[in-house]
Amino acid sequence: MTLLRMTGIGKTFPGVRALDQVDLEVAEGEVHCLLGQNGAGKSTLIKVLAGAHQPDEGEIAWRGERTALPSPVAALRLGIATMYQELDLVPDVSVAENVFLGHEPTRFGFTRRRAARDLTRTLMARLGHPEISPDREVGRLSAAGQQLVSMARALAHDARLIVMDEPTAALAADEVDNLFRIVGELTRDGVAVLYISHRLEEIRRIGSRVTVLKDGRTVAANLPADTPTADLVDLMSGRKVETVFPHRETSTLDTSREVLTVTGLTRRGEFHDVGFHVHAGEILGIAGLVGAGRSEILETVFGARKPDAGHIAVDGKPVRPGSVVAAVKAGIGLAPEERKAQGLLLDLPVAHNVTLSSLPAYSRVGFLDRARELKDSKATLERLDLRPADPRRLVAEFSGGNQQKAVVARWLVRGCKVLLLDEPTRGVDVGARAELYRVIHELAAAGVAVVLVSSEVAEVLGLADRVLVLRDGEVIADRRADELTESAVLDMVMAGSAVTEEEAS
Amino acid sequence: MTETRVVDPETAAPGEPRKQRRNLDLRLTGLLGVLVVLCIVGYATRPDSFLTEANISTMLRLAAAIGVVSVGMTFVIISGGIDLSVGSIVALAGVWMTTVATQSYGPVVMVLCALLVGLGCGLVNGLLISYGKIVPFIATLAMYASAKGLAERLSGRRTQVVTETGFTTFFRGDILGIPVLIWTLAAVFAVGWVLLNRTTFGRRTFAVGGNAEAARLAGIDVRKHTALVYGLAGLCCGIAALMVVARTTSGASTNGMFYELDAIAAVVIGGTLLSGGRGSLIGTLIGVLIFTVVGNIFTQNNLDTDIQNIAKGVIIVAAVLLQRTTARRRGAHAT
Repeated sequence: MTLLRMTGIGKTFPGVRALDQVDLEVAEGEVHCLLGQNGAGKSTLIKVLAGAHQPDEGEIAWRGERTALPSPVAALRLGIATMYQELDLVPDVSVAENVFLGHEPTRFGFTRRRAARDLTRTLMARLGHPEISPDREVGRLSAAGQQLVSMARALAHDARLIVMDEPTAALAADEVDNLFRIVGELTRDGVAVLYISHRLEEIRRIGSRVTVLKDGRTVAANLPADTPTADLVDLMSGRKVETVFPHRETSTLDTSREVLTVTGLTRRGEFHDVGFHVHAGEILGIAGLVGAGRSEILETVFGARKPDAGHIAVDGKPVRPGSVVAAVKAGIGLAPEERKAQGLLLDLPVAHNVTLSSLPAYSRVGFLDRARELKDSKATLERLDLRPADPRRLVAEFSGGNQQKAVVARWLVRGCKVLLLDEPTRGVDVGARAELYRVIHELAAAGVAVVLVSSEVAEVLGLADRVLVLRDGEVIADRRADELTESAVLDMVMAGSAVTEEEAS
Repeated sequence: MTETRVVDPETAAPGEPRKQRRNLDLRLTGLLGVLVVLCIVGYATRPDSFLTEANISTMLRLAAAIGVVSVGMTFVIISGGIDLSVGSIVALAGVWMTTVATQSYGPVVMVLCALLVGLGCGLVNGLLISYGKIVPFIATLAMYASAKGLAERLSGRRTQVVTETGFTTFFRGDILGIPVLIWTLAAVFAVGWVLLNRTTFGRRTFAVGGNAEAARLAGIDVRKHTALVYGLAGLCCGIAALMVVARTTSGASTNGMFYELDAIAAVVIGGTLLSGGRGSLIGTLIGVLIFTVVGNIFTQNNLDTDIQNIAKGVIIVAAVLLQRTTARRRGAHAT
């Protein structure tokens, strides 16, 4: 039975037609997947569903009756709960308080804390995690734990439709399994899930039907979930899948020059005795689950975390550990995992972001040479094909892929020898990914030693010359990329089953 | 439809690259408009005295010290902090430079003493905040209390009259017919503007306030920079202390009282974000002038200071609301 039917939804922001003739139909008990590149209108559509945006035209029908969603409260009352990508929890208060935020059970105006705690305990048990206490501070939970809290909140509202925006983006494989199990149980109870993800394999696993958005329009509705990948990507982008990983004609590896040397790097509780080296022009990929210590290692090499033991050297010269200033001086650059929170000054022009690490080079006795700053920024933006290549535009106005290029541009301008890339393609759409891959290849071709961390094994294998496999903070394999397959790496990373050389090849 | 600025960055069509600058210009124009209206009100109520040279000079001399303090406060707030101790530092520097012992060394030492005390207090603030990891509100609140206490102790709660005539003749005099106090304000303001908008120091200040973690990961020594910003604010207090002492020909522990509130108010109505990362010194200057003109209108019309304070509060709220609506309207046209 059809639960929700949206027809001809249109939404215009000043100067932007965000939604234009969107149709969407969700049935009870199904997992309906919403596909589309960044900017296709998914976020706007979700916000319309959540009552946060009002559509300019079109109709919304709930259980066959025409309805309106004038406010987030109205959407919740109707039974539509939204789990946003950036979780909207209050980190400093308890699980129970988050679950019942805004609709606390009360009696005579006093909150009934015990009732809230009991209900929360029941909900967490239903979600398969009775060990998460209602009294835990939400900020201390892992990303997966916080997601569960967000889901418990949806259930507490007795939601009939739960919108999940990229719920697996921050989850490790076993946590993803748990999430899918819960989704399965919910749908068995008749709850519908509108599922948004960039990962097509997830849609295969749990999806019932797929709707594809492109440029604010529904280009295909209610496709079966086993529609071939090539067809889906075609619908989303009009591009062929093969272009996703650009072929590298020749490896630019220069084994005569070892640029980055890391030995015995240890941080208690995070990673242990990690050693690797990267040559000029080499791309070293690091594969492993979230929590295996990938980002921690990069941040330690970059001096943002202080190691308990170990040495870092660039071109044979030791780098003072635990000092970002020293690492940057030595020629190391980092494109951090959280692009917006850790990498960029969103309210400042691109040019200011690009030269941020090279200010002494763009000044004389402290006075900025703004003309040269603009000129060099523009040249770098053009080199990276960052569009529009206007260095005076604010960073916040750019798409995810272009913002990532702005971070890379910062280190290009600085002239770094080692570039650490932490999840460079997270939240970046298919077309822009290919662009970033090309940029990474070009950097290596220019002699930069690149270290790449990615949750997507295919990406690591497709880009890197050599791959370091991490599990629980230890290096369990250091191989050439062409000796490994995706399934072999996944095997090593997850099960811990010893993969022999023969099996891997 | 209340939010006209919510546009997915990904979907945003090529808009106007200089939107931010235009927004800023528009905001400043609005503030200037308020100032002009106030001047018209002043002229209308007191046509015989308001726009005279003497009155304008009086207003500017009154505005000078608080203006200098506000320059330092603008840097602190743009860097994402707050400084509640400026008034006490002005008092302490003023008292220290006017003790009998200091005065006996002559005017140059007096000036140096005020500057060093101000800079020192500011640096202590900065070190506590950056290396001691105490939140700015608390660290500067502690400085507010202890600097005030020290000033009272040094002076024995008595007003110390300046007997050093060299100092008073210079700072109370004119250069090219314009009082030295006003020149000082102009100089501090000009140097501050260049420092904020044309140097690496200013650029780093915006970066640290806009996103401290991103600034750190870009290789900026955020802690050192934070300490320096508070040092700068302290130095401004030292300069302001000189100006207050010159104007009143005395140093007292009650000098600079409530300067922190006036300075924060001026900075905020000038369009600087309290959360840091965005701001303008020109806005701050206009903010200071708005408060000065309001005060002058009230004094000229013999109205009580309590009404004056109520008016100040209303102006702060009105200015912030006005800026928000103009920015929003602007956003609707621009995007």
